[in-house]
Amino acid sequence: MKFFSWRFIRMWQRNRDVFLRLWHSEAPGFVAEPVLVLVAMGLGLGAYIGTVDGVRYIEFIVPGIIASYGMFSASFECTYGSFFRMEEHKTYDAIIATPLTAGDVIAGEIFWGATRSLITGTVILAVAAAFQLVHSPWALLIPPLSFLGGVLFASIAILYTSLVPSFYSFNYYFTLFITPMFFFSGVFFPLSAFPEIVHTISWIIPLTPVVTIARALVWGEVHPGLLWALAIIIVFIVIFFSISLVTMRRRLTV
Amino acid sequence: MAVIVAQHLTKKFKELVAVDDVSLEIEDGECFGLLGPNGAGKTSLIRMITAVSPPTSGDIRVLGKDLKVYPREVKAVLGVVPQVDNLDEDLRVLQNLTTFARYFAIPKQEARRRSLELLHLFQLEDKIDSRIRELSGGMKRRLLLARGLINQPQILILDEPSIGLDPQAKHLVWQKLFELKAQGVTQLLCTQNMEEAAALCDRVTIMHLGKVLAQGSPRALISGHVGDEVLEIEANSGNRKRIIEALSGRGLDLVDAGDIIQVFRATREELAGVLANFPERLRQRPTTLEDVFFKLTGRALTE
Repeated sequence: MKFFSWRFIRMWQRNRDVFLRLWHSEAPGFVAEPVLVLVAMGLGLGAYIGTVDGVRYIEFIVPGIIASYGMFSASFECTYGSFFRMEEHKTYDAIIATPLTAGDVIAGEIFWGATRSLITGTVILAVAAAFQLVHSPWALLIPPLSFLGGVLFASIAILYTSLVPSFYSFNYYFTLFITPMFFFSGVFFPLSAFPEIVHTISWIIPLTPVVTIARALVWGEVHPGLLWALAIIIVFIVIFFSISLVTMRRRLTV
Repeated sequence: MAVIVAQHLTKKFKELVAVDDVSLEIEDGECFGLLGPNGAGKTSLIRMITAVSPPTSGDIRVLGKDLKVYPREVKAVLGVVPQVDNLDEDLRVLQNLTTFARYFAIPKQEARRRSLELLHLFQLEDKIDSRIRELSGGMKRRLLLARGLINQPQILILDEPSIGLDPQAKHLVWQKLFELKAQGVTQLLCTQNMEEAAALCDRVTIMHLGKVLAQGSPRALISGHVGDEVLEIEANSGNRKRIIEALSGRGLDLVDAGDIIQVFRATREELAGVLANFPERLRQRPTTLEDVFFKLTGRALTE
């Protein structure tokens, strides 16, 4: 069974056009906030902490901020954004009456969500580099990593969006799923700080492998063990992407 | 040649049977009307024909192609004008059309040319750069129609195209639909406006509770079900019941429509004898499709 075709690019282009017209109203979310967090936590808290794993605290948190704000961008886009297009504006209904299928629309949404993650990750990387917090050419792989992480978080978000009845349901998504990931995946302190049991659980949190790879790239400490983290991300993507296509198609083509 | 052939279509939503074993054929170049009260199954039927909703059972072929196998190819030649306004509110007026053209893989230059032409055709050229929410209801409906024509469809599917339009806008829309028919565009028109159906459609189907009750040209349906003239007795007084009793004894084709009693296929003379003892007024008027509609679907609200 074919899930979607190259025509998904039409949906992606539609979202890109809207973004290019309205990006300045969204910039506080994907530029200002992460930079504020980086400065406040990195310099403020960092002054007390000193070094973590042998690096300055602000340098420690840069990769995690890149990964987690990429996650936020993809998640917002494919929850509130997608739900609004689907239920309020009935944009999906209009598009699936054209040669695009429900699968194309969903794939377009997920890849657009991933693109938002890529934009966010790249902007934060550029800011961090401007403050000389990035020292390795491996960091050039941050944009593709942000995209890959974006595909994962957009897929999970679309899956959730395909199941919920109203906007209010997204409060649960962010409070019970996204925010805990932000704190339990090694963004602000090493996972080894947790008791053994929490440490183990945090390894199956989808954000953890993304943070781990981002940290290795920014610090230039790339090693074969990262392939495991990459494998976890890809397995998660295969699972969530395919389920979200099925559940969303079921919702759209009743 | 039939361009849309639907055979034994059924659509079930859990317990509800929205469309119940419906078969129909729509001929090339005709305007085919789909009439019925709310809940008749019209929109469900249209959603199946436009490949948006899979039938529970049954087959649809459009231009000879099986919809299950070739949904994209079929959707490429359909123009769909939905009842619910689903214009893209994140985009301006012109962008709505050019973006829609892109879903059909129409090249950029051509998309722009067609979009401007359609905006001109529907008298929206002043609104090219307006936001969708700045448009009036009538303008939105015209833009939806323009959008439905962006791929130069062979078959146009319209769900209540003139709902909420003022008489001027309605006639503009009807005129465009006439012109499109003259150009050979087949039309499937779903409407509750009997005047619209009578004015535009070559053939109509009347649906009720998921089933087809009658099908034919508006003229044939009228003469077949209600005759050419109807006699109406304004019976809002206490005599109403007695009049009905007196009439029904004579085997007349009558309908109790609240404050009036309608008698079909009868002459004034036939009624004169009965009504001689009552003061009620009797009037005669030509029948319309609406009379057929009421006769077949009843006067009670279905929802």
